Amino acid sequence: MLRVFWCVLLRDLTLALRRRTDVLTTLFFFIIVVSLFPLGVGTERQILQILGPGVVWVAALLASMLALERLFAADYEDGTLEQMVLTAQPLSILVLAKITAHWLLTGLPLVLIAPLVGMQYHLSDDAILIMMVALLLGTPVLSLIGAIGAALTLGLRGGGILLSLLILPLYIPVLVYGAGAVTASGIDMADTRPYLALLGAFLVAALTFAPLASSAALKISIE
Amino acid sequence: MASNWFRFAAPASFYPLAGRLIPVFWILTGVCLLVGLYWGFFQTPDQLGGSNAQKEYYRIIFIHVPAAWMSMWLYVVMVGWAAIGLVFNTRLSFMMANAIAPTGAIFTFLALWTGAFWGRPSWGTYWDWDPRLTTELILFFMYIGYIALHSAIDDTRRADRAAALLAIVGLVMVPLIFWSVNCPDPNQCAALHQRSNLTQIEGNILFSMLVVTFGFWMYSFASTLMRLRSIILTREADNTWVQELHLKGHRA
Repeated sequence: MLRVFWCVLLRDLTLALRRRTDVLTTLFFFIIVVSLFPLGVGTERQILQILGPGVVWVAALLASMLALERLFAADYEDGTLEQMVLTAQPLSILVLAKITAHWLLTGLPLVLIAPLVGMQYHLSDDAILIMMVALLLGTPVLSLIGAIGAALTLGLRGGGILLSLLILPLYIPVLVYGAGAVTASGIDMADTRPYLALLGAFLVAALTFAPLASSAALKISIE
Repeated sequence: MASNWFRFAAPASFYPLAGRLIPVFWILTGVCLLVGLYWGFFQTPDQLGGSNAQKEYYRIIFIHVPAAWMSMWLYVVMVGWAAIGLVFNTRLSFMMANAIAPTGAIFTFLALWTGAFWGRPSWGTYWDWDPRLTTELILFFMYIGYIALHSAIDDTRRADRAAALLAIVGLVMVPLIFWSVNCPDPNQCAALHQRSNLTQIEGNILFSMLVVTFGFWMYSFASTLMRLRSIILTREADNTWVQELHLKGHRA
């Protein structure tokens, strides 16, 4: 089963790296959204420090959601997905591999670029560190939950808009605790631990249930 | 007796049963709402609390709390029917879940709306980012998402099953709403909704609240069954029993 996981993961990564613009688009979308806010609300240092964590998280939410549409779409169109459903391997493992690939291509870059956007918002070093940890724990949850929505809206007209309606309400807990962790780091570093622990708990729960739910959703969408 | 359980799982046999039940539920709704609201308006104290009393406007509670209860309960019921539909593959269960969703959305909206008008005199604001308000708003979005997903898919079978799965995933939010007032330390998290205890409510208020809740529940049955009947007719339009019904021209 582990071999199947690697196989699908490497395939998805190879495919994505052949078309690098897709990956870069998500990243630049994130950077542009984050850069737009100071232009809208003013560039005062204090305002930016308060807004920073929330803006970064909302931008991460939107960026990961925009990329979700492509998670299954290409495989669905050329029939690969049907073959995957038909294989003897558990579909949830294949789905987990696809989600992992998706996160490595869209979530991880956001984590790595976070210090840069943190500096745009004059966040302290501690806050940036916590933000990276929170994003590292939180963005996989976004990809995992989002995969359920992507599987449900597979091949529908206006799927993208619908996807946001279905998935964004479920993203809210991650947003609240992710941004909360960064805000708490401004008071005391020890205060961030419960937030990070909760994000970790979300990650474990999502890792356990989301692949099952998305494979069930794929079966519904494909039959 | 055992086989009788599934008799009404067929839309054709449930349709007339629903038709007979609807008037009963409407009558119960009317009676409960009349009694509950009369009791709430005339048999309860004029104000609540000591130094900073809630005046007459606290009577919004007789709509607000029952609506909020029903909004959560109906989501659970909807998920229950959706799950039964996925497990037993019964068409009527999906139709039931479908019929419940708009009523649940309406109650959620009603809870938010009456809450805003209660919040204005007592908290001084229509809206605050209190955990309970926020989670109730999420619940509203989830009803809307369910309805939107169902109507976006043309194939009825796929629409039913996809929306059912979405509803089940969304169930994780219901305990969040329910326990969103449990704030261990008031200094840590500000919650405007306070923890309440049904045994500590004044008897007349509690009576009125429970009667209105029961009335809302009966209303949910009545409106859901009415919607269910039209869903059955739409989906089964090609079947002979619907055509016979149409020819006979009666709506029993």
